[in-house]
Amino acid sequence: MMNEAYNLEYKSLKKEGDSEIMILNMGPQHPSTHGVLRLELKVNGEIIEEVIPHIGYLHRCFEKHAEACNYQQVIPYVDRMDYLSSMYNDFGYAIAVEKLLGIEIPERVEYIRIIMGEFQRIASHLVAIGTFGLDVGSFTPFLYCFRDREKILTLFEKTCGARLLYNYIWPGGVSHDLYPEFKNDALNFLKEFKRNLKDLEILLVENKIFIERTAGIGVLPENIAINYAASGPMIRGSGIPYDIRKIEPYGIYDRFEFNIPVGEGMMGKKGDCWDRFYVRYLEILESIKIIEQALDSLPDGNVFEKLPKKIKPKKGIVYSRVESPRGELGFFIISDGSDKPFRIKVRAPSFVNLSILPEIAKGCFIADLVAILGSIDIVLGEVDR
Amino acid sequence: MMTLNIAFVSKLLIIPIFFGIFVSLFALFAVYAERKISARVQNRIGPNRVGPYGLLQTIADILKLIQKEAPYPFGSDKIFFNLAPILSFAASFVIFSVLPFNYYLCGLDLNLGLIFIIAIGGFNVISILFAGWSSNNKYSLLGSMRSASQMISYEIPIALIFAAVFIAFNSLNTIDITKAQENYFFNWNIFGGDNHLLKRILIIPFSAISVIILFIAFLAEANRTPFDIPEAESELVAGFHTEYSGIKFSFFFLAEYSNMFIAAALISIIFLGGFSSPFGYIGSLLNSNFIINIEQFFWFTIKSLSIVFLQMMVRWTLPRLRADQLMNLCWKYLIPYSLVAVFYALIISYI
Amino acid sequence: MTIKEIFDLLKNRFENIKIYIEKFEVGEEYIVVSPDALKQILQEIRNNPRLHFDYLMCISSVDDANGEIKKDENGNKIIKGGTLSLYYHLYSTTRNHKIAIKTSVDRENPAVPTAIDLWKSADWHEREAFDMMGIKFEGHPNLKRILMPYDWNAGFPLRKDFITPEYYNDLKIPY
Repeated sequence: MMNEAYNLEYKSLKKEGDSEIMILNMGPQHPSTHGVLRLELKVNGEIIEEVIPHIGYLHRCFEKHAEACNYQQVIPYVDRMDYLSSMYNDFGYAIAVEKLLGIEIPERVEYIRIIMGEFQRIASHLVAIGTFGLDVGSFTPFLYCFRDREKILTLFEKTCGARLLYNYIWPGGVSHDLYPEFKNDALNFLKEFKRNLKDLEILLVENKIFIERTAGIGVLPENIAINYAASGPMIRGSGIPYDIRKIEPYGIYDRFEFNIPVGEGMMGKKGDCWDRFYVRYLEILESIKIIEQALDSLPDGNVFEKLPKKIKPKKGIVYSRVESPRGELGFFIISDGSDKPFRIKVRAPSFVNLSILPEIAKGCFIADLVAILGSIDIVLGEVDR
Repeated sequence: MMTLNIAFVSKLLIIPIFFGIFVSLFALFAVYAERKISARVQNRIGPNRVGPYGLLQTIADILKLIQKEAPYPFGSDKIFFNLAPILSFAASFVIFSVLPFNYYLCGLDLNLGLIFIIAIGGFNVISILFAGWSSNNKYSLLGSMRSASQMISYEIPIALIFAAVFIAFNSLNTIDITKAQENYFFNWNIFGGDNHLLKRILIIPFSAISVIILFIAFLAEANRTPFDIPEAESELVAGFHTEYSGIKFSFFFLAEYSNMFIAAALISIIFLGGFSSPFGYIGSLLNSNFIINIEQFFWFTIKSLSIVFLQMMVRWTLPRLRADQLMNLCWKYLIPYSLVAVFYALIISYI
Repeated sequence: MTIKEIFDLLKNRFENIKIYIEKFEVGEEYIVVSPDALKQILQEIRNNPRLHFDYLMCISSVDDANGEIKKDENGNKIIKGGTLSLYYHLYSTTRNHKIAIKTSVDRENPAVPTAIDLWKSADWHEREAFDMMGIKFEGHPNLKRILMPYDWNAGFPLRKDFITPEYYNDLKIPY
């Protein structure tokens, strides 16, 4: 409707020696909440000709630190990379090290890991949706999302003592068992949460002004998505059902039934900001399904029996990947037979997704750039490590 | 002609003082109400420490703002920098003189009341341009240009709807429009006005369309969400009031809340019966003019405050429109609909 | 297709290129190629319809630390000789198979052709490999540092013999 004029092919207005290009700086400190990222914009009036992201403000040399620590001492560092979904970082690292060690873990641990991982996915998507609404200008859904996220963080706090950086999933097991009323608390929360999601639907998903602001903006075509190795809701919003939980199942994800939501261009073009946002919203519903199935069939057992005291894998190389809330999180670990890793390299999903920004932000307004950046959902801790 | 007697002089003195106190109290109350309402909408509590239920919070904020240092930005034009907030508030305050609160407290009995309002509303635009220009800041200037274009565009639907109101209700005088809706609530213009049945049924859709267009246009005039691009924090360009701090900033704030009240008052005057009560006055049973005046003041304030409440709820529910979508909405949708309203009013006026 | 089958296909296609499979006791196996044949192999695995690797997941740079450890003039340990390695991990969305390819370059003069014209995701991965390990990618349009500051001239941080400098632009590190 109102956005039809801007779906045309973008032709640059810049001629040779055109002095209308102004360089604008969206500096490291943002009014929006995405962290320390510097965007250098070349604008012509209000239309953006080029975006150059400058990263590295949060670089903490995680990979060099990891070469000086044991395998177990690396786990708190791994938490702090993507600080909004740190259960999943732990999960990915634990699976990578277990492949190197070649150990089998107990059933109960597998179920606990999946339950915690999916709760973390819900919490992370709530932040993504809330801050996306805030970028576009609606203040209230942000607080509703955070209210529900608080309840998830309370569940985590009762289990392992921390609200944001858990240090919970260790290679070989978990650090604490679930407390006795966990199942009841979780089921009560899910029941209430499903009711609250209806509010969110009216406020954001079906809100006409929100759709005007986000539909048709920042379209990511399929071939570009694959060439740039997008992952997570970025690539699923463009219509490609690429989800590592179905392609290469890790843990016991193959025992659960869930769908992969894919963007279909319902409100604009396929692969625009609204599609990515809607994929995240639907993934919350799918995660609720997985958690309910897992809580149903949670077996008993001892979670500490396979926890190794000293991790000293044999020489080898492994690259294992998991589907974190932001995309494909890959751990590439080289072990040389000692108890310290020789090299850990992390393939962070936000790092790769952010490199697509210069491609999809050409020809949009400055106000749209804020919306596109919100829909990519980056966490600077991961981008810079 | 005005004769210089006690009644006239007392009116000349009392009314501005009364309106001044009213506007200040309203601003205090509105700031507190906005914080509490926004908090309840967002499932939190809002200020509740300063005074019982947080009622003295605004006074604490004003004290803080008074004692702030208000430096001048480098290279700014001092005259205009100081003039802008005063002009902005003064423009809003002058419009209060045509709003009738009761039989006694009406400042001016102008036959051109509504046009006077549109004329003074232009000062809002000028003050914003002064503010942006004199800040010597590239981004403030851009913000104020955007805001000025927004306010000028949205004055057009307001003017057209006022013309339609003139044609349909036969008067531009705010006091006469109010008096024509007296007696009971089904004589209010939104329910058809004081006419025979056929004309009533025809006026109802006209009132409905006009109320909606007027509400949206007044939201844009007062720079409230969903039209608050000039004040948006998460956009790149800062608003026109970035360089202001302390009391000057609070003047802009005061002007915004007075604009909100004026919008609400105008909607309630034209469509909801102004100061007339829905049931008839208790004072007329007791034959006391004084009590009738108090009741009318009470009803006027209640109606205006409920529309202010509606404006605040809209702010905290809807996201923000982009600058070009805003102009689209005005020129492509509101203006054609207001022209339709004008033609419809023409047709009604012959019946 | 398994890695063995892919390896056989590539070996048959290119007869005079040195290419072999390496595997350790645990972990995955990967194909080792020399740097001058790298570009050909990468092009082949992308364009061959039976392989069709269109998704470059990750490029990792590793310091093998297999040269001689010497002491330089200040008494710090530096490594002379030896290799730096690059690991390419690729995935095919249509055929659903993965592969890992390794190359090793000299430590003194590391240079490798860029893969940016085949997969655009190589852009930032190669910049990071250059920033952290010092491997130059020939043909990359914008090979600047990405995580360290642009004017960092005190070496490449992830090398095993990296010594933290005392001062950067008159700021003392570590404080």
